[in-house]
Amino acid sequence: MINSINIAAIFPELFLASTTLALLIIGVIRGEKAFFNQIKMAKLTLVITGLLVLSSPITSGTSFNGMFAINGFTTFCKILIILGSLFALFLSSGFYRTNIKQTINEFPILVLLATLGMLLMVSANSLLSLYMGLELQSLALYILASIRRDNEKSSEAGLKYFVLGALSSGILLYGCSLIYGFSGTLNFTSLALLYNESANFPLGALIGLIFVITALCFKVSAVPFHMWTPDVYEGSPTPVTAFFAVAPKIAAIALFVRVLMQPFADMAEQWQQVIILVSTLSMVIGALGAIQQSNIKRLIAYSSIGHVGYILVGLASASNEGVKAILLYLTIYMTLSIGIFACIMLVRRKEGNSYDIASLSGLSKTRPGLAIIIAIIMLSMAGIPPFAGFFGKFFVFFAAIKAELYVLAVIGVLSSVIAAFYYLRIIKIMYIDEAVVSLEKDVQPELKYLAFAAALFNVVFFVFATPFLQYAESAAVWLF
Amino acid sequence: MSEFPVLSIITFLPTIGALFIALFVRGDEKQIATNSKNAALWISVGTFIFSLSIWSGFDYNTAQFQFVEKQQWIEGYNIYYHLGIDGISMFFILLTTLLMPICILAGWNSITKRVREYMISFLLLETMIIGVFCALDFVMFYLFFEAVLIPMYLIIGIWGGERRIYASFKFFLYTLAGSVLLLIAMLYLYNVTGTTDIPTLMQASPLLDISVQKWLWIAFFASFAVKVPMWPVHTWLPDAHVQAPTAGSVILAGILLKMGGYGFLRLSLPLLPEASIYFADFMFFLSIVAIIYTSLVALMQEDMKKLIAYSSVAHMGFVTLGIFAFNRQGIEGSLVVMISHGLVSAALFLCVGVLYDRMHTKEIAKYGGVVEVMPRFALIFMFFTMSSIGLPGTSGFVGELLTMAGVFQVNKIVSALSATAIILGAAYMLWLYKRVIFGQITNRDISALKDVSRREIIMFAPLIILALLIGIYPSIITDLTGASVMHLITQVQQIAGN
Repeated sequence: MINSINIAAIFPELFLASTTLALLIIGVIRGEKAFFNQIKMAKLTLVITGLLVLSSPITSGTSFNGMFAINGFTTFCKILIILGSLFALFLSSGFYRTNIKQTINEFPILVLLATLGMLLMVSANSLLSLYMGLELQSLALYILASIRRDNEKSSEAGLKYFVLGALSSGILLYGCSLIYGFSGTLNFTSLALLYNESANFPLGALIGLIFVITALCFKVSAVPFHMWTPDVYEGSPTPVTAFFAVAPKIAAIALFVRVLMQPFADMAEQWQQVIILVSTLSMVIGALGAIQQSNIKRLIAYSSIGHVGYILVGLASASNEGVKAILLYLTIYMTLSIGIFACIMLVRRKEGNSYDIASLSGLSKTRPGLAIIIAIIMLSMAGIPPFAGFFGKFFVFFAAIKAELYVLAVIGVLSSVIAAFYYLRIIKIMYIDEAVVSLEKDVQPELKYLAFAAALFNVVFFVFATPFLQYAESAAVWLF
Repeated sequence: MSEFPVLSIITFLPTIGALFIALFVRGDEKQIATNSKNAALWISVGTFIFSLSIWSGFDYNTAQFQFVEKQQWIEGYNIYYHLGIDGISMFFILLTTLLMPICILAGWNSITKRVREYMISFLLLETMIIGVFCALDFVMFYLFFEAVLIPMYLIIGIWGGERRIYASFKFFLYTLAGSVLLLIAMLYLYNVTGTTDIPTLMQASPLLDISVQKWLWIAFFASFAVKVPMWPVHTWLPDAHVQAPTAGSVILAGILLKMGGYGFLRLSLPLLPEASIYFADFMFFLSIVAIIYTSLVALMQEDMKKLIAYSSVAHMGFVTLGIFAFNRQGIEGSLVVMISHGLVSAALFLCVGVLYDRMHTKEIAKYGGVVEVMPRFALIFMFFTMSSIGLPGTSGFVGELLTMAGVFQVNKIVSALSATAIILGAAYMLWLYKRVIFGQITNRDISALKDVSRREIIMFAPLIILALLIGIYPSIITDLTGASVMHLITQVQQIAGN
């Protein structure tokens, strides 16, 4: 345990912060023409940050008077977040190469700032540092959502996200203050010591905890706090949507897990029912909501709501098994989201990207390779074996069964059948319908490689499942 | 315990073939079509020849699993890559490898669009089906069991008839809804016993309370009953059959339906014996309803494929009836019914396919007098019609007789009721035959029909020989299944005795 101020503990974050600021200055001096260089630099920065996280001399402990914690779990999540941001940057360089007019220099810098916020919030060991990280992340994300200022939908998305996000931050703060008022501490470690039995958990703190959960549900876009997701997904420029779908989701879920499984681990029976309800609703609404969608980005938004529902099943089981399953699911979810967004961007008409599902029609004839990749990703999302998505669901439901949450597990698998319907519909459109629009030839190698890699990962995962499970296990064990 | 991974090779040879076709078959559209057809045919024939080695190397004196392969798969979770066969599963593998080349031949001329994808789908399907019958680990079993849906969905959806989209969705979602409950049951068993190894789980039933067993049994039932399919969850089958291309129907009727019956035999009975006995009457009831009701429905069909599809449901009623009689005659009878139905219904769908390729309609009323122009075809069709009815000397007779004998020992009324199916079966099949083959030629197109080609005769020949062989000498099956079936029955009886 390192209790004093230890710079080494936050060295990766410090590096990220200072490089981001340096890039900002370079951007101001060189202007728009530096855009692609900036993206390259941002990618490099993320790679180095990732390496620093991995090679950090401190593998576990707290720093800054217990405000900041490092352990196997945070390292695992940080690597996922950094990978997610990195892939999103790859997607955006492919995207912007064909949409030169839309380049905005601040884009990579905002992504880096948001990533920094996420790294901080994953490591937060106190409600105060949690809020700090969360806000840094959120503010960067609000701007990213509305980065196409000339576009009505993008502005709408940003505004909507901001208003609801600010509301949820308010709720979070109120919850924190209640917890602080009833317990006298904000530190996770002290909270865990204080509340080791249900009997000494004051009602006020419980209400505070519910407020915190509400705010976190908003951040992970779980039903009934999901209303912003489809609009923001639809309105934001696609690389930004891809970024939204991956890194902030992973960070918020990691945070969710840490808040519930560390300071309030012994209060599981108090919060479990809330999570069960939220998880059930998310799975069902995610599945039903997607059926009606004709815009692929909105469809993916609902599908991600469903995925969050499955992830929360793992959290509801409140066990080591559950956390392990969540980490595995997050890894798979990341590859799926990146893969599908790469595919979405590859489907282009002459006049630009088309997000209408109908433009996928006949894809198996016009672009057979892309169609197979989309089909694999869709089947994997639906959880059909032998693809990776099946294993994600397998371990999540195993955790639920182990925790004797049978009804939740049954609702979960049945909603996955409903969800299979709309995933199949996309395959049907690609393979059975005739082509109605002609698509552009693509000139974005990054996107192709990413999509191919994501599909390959999902196909061969069942052969190489063991190492992933072992990493997830060694990470999950730190919370217990 | 051979060192040579025979089962893995049989299972994955078709996948390797599919990859080969996907990666190396190049050229213009015509070349791709011819080359992928040839490659697929040779791969499936090779798989079949190779699979004969499990037949010749099979030791029928033991009920142990043979050709076992066991490898650590997911470390730390006690989940293994575990393959093995016994007398119950062996014939299904042979049936699969036999029907696959026939399916590829069936689509030889009638499939004209996306030939390469078609062949790849069939080869992948073969891997998955063989995997289901070889798997001795529950997770692997489930993996293959569900993965079958993907190629089948594409086969119906892409190469099917007019309402193929509806049919393919119905097929996929119906079966998926059933099998996800199996997943939950599997996870429960895994949680209680800490293993997914099927031979180990067979010893685990004393650990389970009877009320828990019943719930698990219902979950198993949901999955297998949809696959069989049993009344009242059979409604996806007629749609899927009517819309599927000929080869798709052949595989569907010939093998996919057997996965349900196999599931009952491999999992429900040995893993949950008490619950199986508890639900036996329920199964009898559903089977009898299926046999009588669907036979009556079959009488009224206007579409040849739909008629045969309903007759499949009736025949599968015999299978479930026999399985839940829990005696040697019953279970062996149901195995023979499954294999015989695999040959005969496959052949009947091929017959319909032969007519459909020439006339492009499956409506019975459009036919009549086919015998005048296609005498050889009429003979083949006659043979399989008789097998389907269960004429002595054909495979259909042996299975149904054994099943009824087995059921008779348990419940005489049920046995008597099931016998009505033979009369009804004769009624709808003979009537179908009469309307299609005999009578005056009213449709002018009929008079221009050509008789079966050499390719088609090659397709039918093995099916005719085997159906006759099993009919005349059924021991060819029952000798090999005997030990395993007896072992299964002792397992069930032992638990029930306690």
